[in-house]
Amino acid sequence: MYTQPTDRKELAATAERAPRTLTPEDAAFQQRIDADEFIEPRDWMPQAYCKTLVRQISQHAHSEIVGMLPEGNWITRAPTLKRKAILLAKVQDEGGHGLYLYAAAETLGVSRDEMIEALHSGKAKYSSIFNYPTLTWADIGCIGWLVDGAAIMNQIPLCRCSYGPYARAMIRVCKEESFHQRQGYDIMLALCRGTPEQKNLAQDALDRWWWPVVMMFGPSDKDSTHSAQSAAWKIKRVSNDDLRQKFIDATVPQADLLGLKIPDADLKWNARRGHYEFGAVDWEEFWRVVNGDGPLNRERLAARVKAYEDGRWVREAATAYAAKRGRGSFDPDAAKHGRDSFDPDVAKHGRDSFDPDAAKHRASEKVA
Amino acid sequence: MNEWPLFEVFIRSKQGLDHKHVGSLHAPDAKMAIQMARDVYTRRQEGVSIWIVPSSAIVASDPNDKAANFDPMEDKIYRHPTFYQLPDEVDHM
Repeated sequence: MYTQPTDRKELAATAERAPRTLTPEDAAFQQRIDADEFIEPRDWMPQAYCKTLVRQISQHAHSEIVGMLPEGNWITRAPTLKRKAILLAKVQDEGGHGLYLYAAAETLGVSRDEMIEALHSGKAKYSSIFNYPTLTWADIGCIGWLVDGAAIMNQIPLCRCSYGPYARAMIRVCKEESFHQRQGYDIMLALCRGTPEQKNLAQDALDRWWWPVVMMFGPSDKDSTHSAQSAAWKIKRVSNDDLRQKFIDATVPQADLLGLKIPDADLKWNARRGHYEFGAVDWEEFWRVVNGDGPLNRERLAARVKAYEDGRWVREAATAYAAKRGRGSFDPDAAKHGRDSFDPDVAKHGRDSFDPDAAKHRASEKVA
Repeated sequence: MNEWPLFEVFIRSKQGLDHKHVGSLHAPDAKMAIQMARDVYTRRQEGVSIWIVPSSAIVASDPNDKAANFDPMEDKIYRHPTFYQLPDEVDHM
């Protein structure tokens, strides 16, 4: 769902910066970036480029996974079967997005276990937005409309990010994500066209979600640590403030159409600039939530760890079963169905000779 | 617990087309990998067939050999049909 810049300039003593002395490799690398080439996993890359990507992609992956929790809260209570099916599909998508992103990060040499461990220990961050509660059904509408809307705004430029596996993951995510925003707006529309109580529910949800969503784009450019280097490397192609402005410009007319009021007294159209002006963001709240003290930080992490621990026996059973059948070998049944060879016998012999161990396991299985 | 091995996923989007690499996933074995690939990569009818390959079975060319491997083809433009100028009369050959 979202990657959020969360590093404060003053905290960035160890932040990656452009190397002081550019080696020939660094220069050649930058040349490739400047020529809009994609960097692929086994290509040479500066360590700091790799480190920045691992941090950003893994945070992004964590956000997708933790992002399933606020919405999962409403699956059993969705108002109709249709809404329930839609919400299930959406939450399942988020899980898939997490997987694409973890896989992209793994191409940089970090293991899945390391990333999960970093999330569960609280070392790794995820988007601050998921530390807010989903109190009513209208919150599910707001998450789709606003949170996913903000995410898409941020993710579309990432489809052209210089690191190939990340860009490809983002293309897939964006393709799937576009239904998320529309289903959220659809929920808001239904509420706003309903009874006065339903419309109040929608307004109340907007009142609570608006500012946290505006914060999703991360600190203002002047306070953002990594922006300059990330821009030079084409990891980040549009600045936090530009994305935020773009989001607000796009969203205000959508709120008008719903007949809802955005909770910002300073919000007004500036015809000269061609943009909306908006009020001051409470960055203290942002840093509080990012650093662990939001409304639900502890609950979210605890739920995540519990889910992981509760699923442990399933993973262990699957591992034990695979080991019993000959771990790592080609599954003959799967292979038989998956291959489109002309002659299954030839294919079988070919594979057997490739992996004698697998053949042995299969033979013993047949005897048993 | 040991991490599950990594598999590469290839999907045939429809009959008549090649399987194409779409991503990778961890699974305890190939059979589970197919099941998981179905859940992750074909939720919107993106495929009619799935291939799973253990990532460890893939042998790749070295990116450092890119020039040696592929640059020699650069000056062999006579391998393309556009190299040959034919009279207008046989334009559609």
